[in-house]
Amino acid sequence: MTITEARSATLAEALRRALRDALAEDPSVHLLGEDIGTLGGVFRVTDGLAAEFGADRCADTPLAEAGILGTATGMAMYGLRPVVEMQFDAFAYPAFEQLVSHVARMRNRTRGAMPMPLTIRIPYGGGIGGVEHHSDSSEAYYMATPGLHVVTPATVADAYGLLRQAIASDDPVVFLEPKRMYWSKDAVDLDAPPQVPPLGRAVVRRPGTSATLITYGPSLPLCLAAAEEARARGWDLGVVDLRTLVPFDDATVCAEVRRTGRAVVVHEATGFAGPGAEIAARITERCFHHLAAPVLRVTGHDIPYPPPLLERHHLPDTARILDAVARLQWEE
Amino acid sequence: MTVLHEPQTSSPTGPTATEPATTGDAAAGPPPPWRRGPRTDPAPLLPETEPYHVLGTPRERPDADPGLWRALHRQLVLGRRYNQQATALTRQGRLAVYPSSTGQEACQIAAALVLAEQDWLFPSYRDTLATVARGLDPVAALGLLRGDWHTGYRPHAHRIAPLATPLATQLPHAVGLAHAARLKGDDVVALALVGDGGTSEGDFHEALNFAAVWQAPVVFLVQNNGFAISVPLARQTAAPTIAHKAVGYGMPGRLVDGNDAPAVYEVLAEAVGRARAGGGPTLVEALTYRLEAHTNADDATRYREDAEVAAWREHDPLPLLTDALRRHGLLSEEHEQAARDAAEEMAAGMRERLNAEPVLNPDELFAHVYARPTTQLTEQAARLRQETRTR
Ligand SMILES: Cc1ncc(C[n+]2csc(CCOP(=O)(O)OP(=O)(O)O)c2C)c(N)n1
Repeated sequence: MTITEARSATLAEALRRALRDALAEDPSVHLLGEDIGTLGGVFRVTDGLAAEFGADRCADTPLAEAGILGTATGMAMYGLRPVVEMQFDAFAYPAFEQLVSHVARMRNRTRGAMPMPLTIRIPYGGGIGGVEHHSDSSEAYYMATPGLHVVTPATVADAYGLLRQAIASDDPVVFLEPKRMYWSKDAVDLDAPPQVPPLGRAVVRRPGTSATLITYGPSLPLCLAAAEEARARGWDLGVVDLRTLVPFDDATVCAEVRRTGRAVVVHEATGFAGPGAEIAARITERCFHHLAAPVLRVTGHDIPYPPPLLERHHLPDTARILDAVARLQWEE
Repeated sequence: MTVLHEPQTSSPTGPTATEPATTGDAAAGPPPPWRRGPRTDPAPLLPETEPYHVLGTPRERPDADPGLWRALHRQLVLGRRYNQQATALTRQGRLAVYPSSTGQEACQIAAALVLAEQDWLFPSYRDTLATVARGLDPVAALGLLRGDWHTGYRPHAHRIAPLATPLATQLPHAVGLAHAARLKGDDVVALALVGDGGTSEGDFHEALNFAAVWQAPVVFLVQNNGFAISVPLARQTAAPTIAHKAVGYGMPGRLVDGNDAPAVYEVLAEAVGRARAGGGPTLVEALTYRLEAHTNADDATRYREDAEVAAWREHDPLPLLTDALRRHGLLSEEHEQAARDAAEEMAAGMRERLNAEPVLNPDELFAHVYARPTTQLTEQAARLRQETRTR
């Protein structure tokens, strides 16, 4: 292979590479989860890692999410760096007690004596035609829990970099993997992994002057597509990819919104008391005098995630985004 | 302050530190609380060392109840065809996914047939066949997997709880429903199905504990098909058998050959009878095998050998029962043909109805979130109607 040849990788491959590099570099990193060994995970993210690092470092556990996260907590208490895989978004709920009552607040309860360097990987979101319990976007629950970092990559390069950062973090990280993007490809050479900024840094994926779309994870490609379509209407839309929901990058978001004076938050989680509510409130608090219009939200409906044949009516699409942009009362 | 379990050496009847109690010694008085033995002798709760078989043993007596045996046979034939048809529809994209119960039909059928009309069935996502054998419309049973609605059928019509996908979560519901029915004075037994993997979840343990403490009229049927997706039983539990777990909660554990339909039926019938008579819950472990992959999305060659699957094909519930009935001259060619015809008719109906485009009404998304839709949802529904009109 020549050096000039651009290689491409999928998001799932980038995550696998991040896990592999972390396992190789740090003997305290251990993976735990259902079907992550022999099978390599139902999305194959851990494929080959048990063969390479052994069944203690990449462990098939009994089928019990509370048990997985609870034992991982104990392992972290003894100095290991567990990386837990939850099989699907809605199957992380049995572990909620451990997450909220212990993982998130162990540092606080022990006055800093007992950090929780553990990562919880959760495939999340819809758009793959999954049956009930396979498409939830539960980020608001995690965001509302002090003590947790909440991270969600939207590109192949970020998938690698952010997962490395998450594993290296001395605080617990809920690492949300947009499952419909597992197979999306990018020209990224994983042998020369790109550096990424520390957790908590948003990125401007596309500069704009008319209005700013603020989004993350699975809605990023949608927002980029909407920005393309908007050109025909004479709108130049910027797109900000948050990358981490906690910590929240007020600086990047506010700098963009102050320039355009108009903002739409886009995500597929339900809107009421959803992530967009917090984001819109922050923007309003910090940018009120720069805003030409209220901050709008384009989100999933306030319903349990619908069955697959109806999910297209639930998920935001470019038309809904452009409708919202149109409602930003243009007067220029 | 009283410390629990602290020996009360001053107790006049209790032993002192220098006088250890010996159970069985009447002269020493009753054992102290911290030495109190099991409230129930564990021996009758323990499962048999060998799974209970009927077929091919002296217990094989179909002439005692030929109607039952023929019904089991007919349902097995229908069930096999149902699994094949649903799997084929998945390949044609008509179902989002189908977790086949091929090879496990005897458990599904026995679970459905053993219940009285007023009893309740609590299925998990692999148990559509049990719901059909209990009388649910074969297409309605597939709503969840087709993806036009999450459950789609009316639970009270056949007393079948919604299929549960999060593992073991239906088990506490079964206990609660059975308990409620008894509080109301109703003669209702609940039978809950769960896989071997599901027995590792906390909900499994909590359900069994509640059931035993409340002596609720519940039967738990574990279909141990060897794997939880890719994870074999040995990585799931270190117990001698899953049935042994029952003892720890204080209920009988029973082990049965899950491919021997009359055996599963008998063991379940005994458990249901005990529950109905006020004798409390039973944990039944049926040893069976998932002949197909976990779902159509799974690659089973990654975690198991073809030889193992082939060996289990030799122990297929359908020929096992068919051969027995033939041995006793209880299965005429007409019976067999009638069962096959009924199965083909059912499959043709499934094809016809599932190949038709489902009628979908986006309004329904908002219709059943609350008893009375919130203003918020009414607004969202109106906006969606507008969107679907204009696009
Ligand atoms: C709480 C929860 N965690 C994970 C899953 C994902 N999952 C679906 S089926 C399955 C394996 C279940 O195995 P078992 O209980 O043995 O039943 P079987 O599939 O063999 O019938 C897993 C892990 C789930 N449905 N629910």
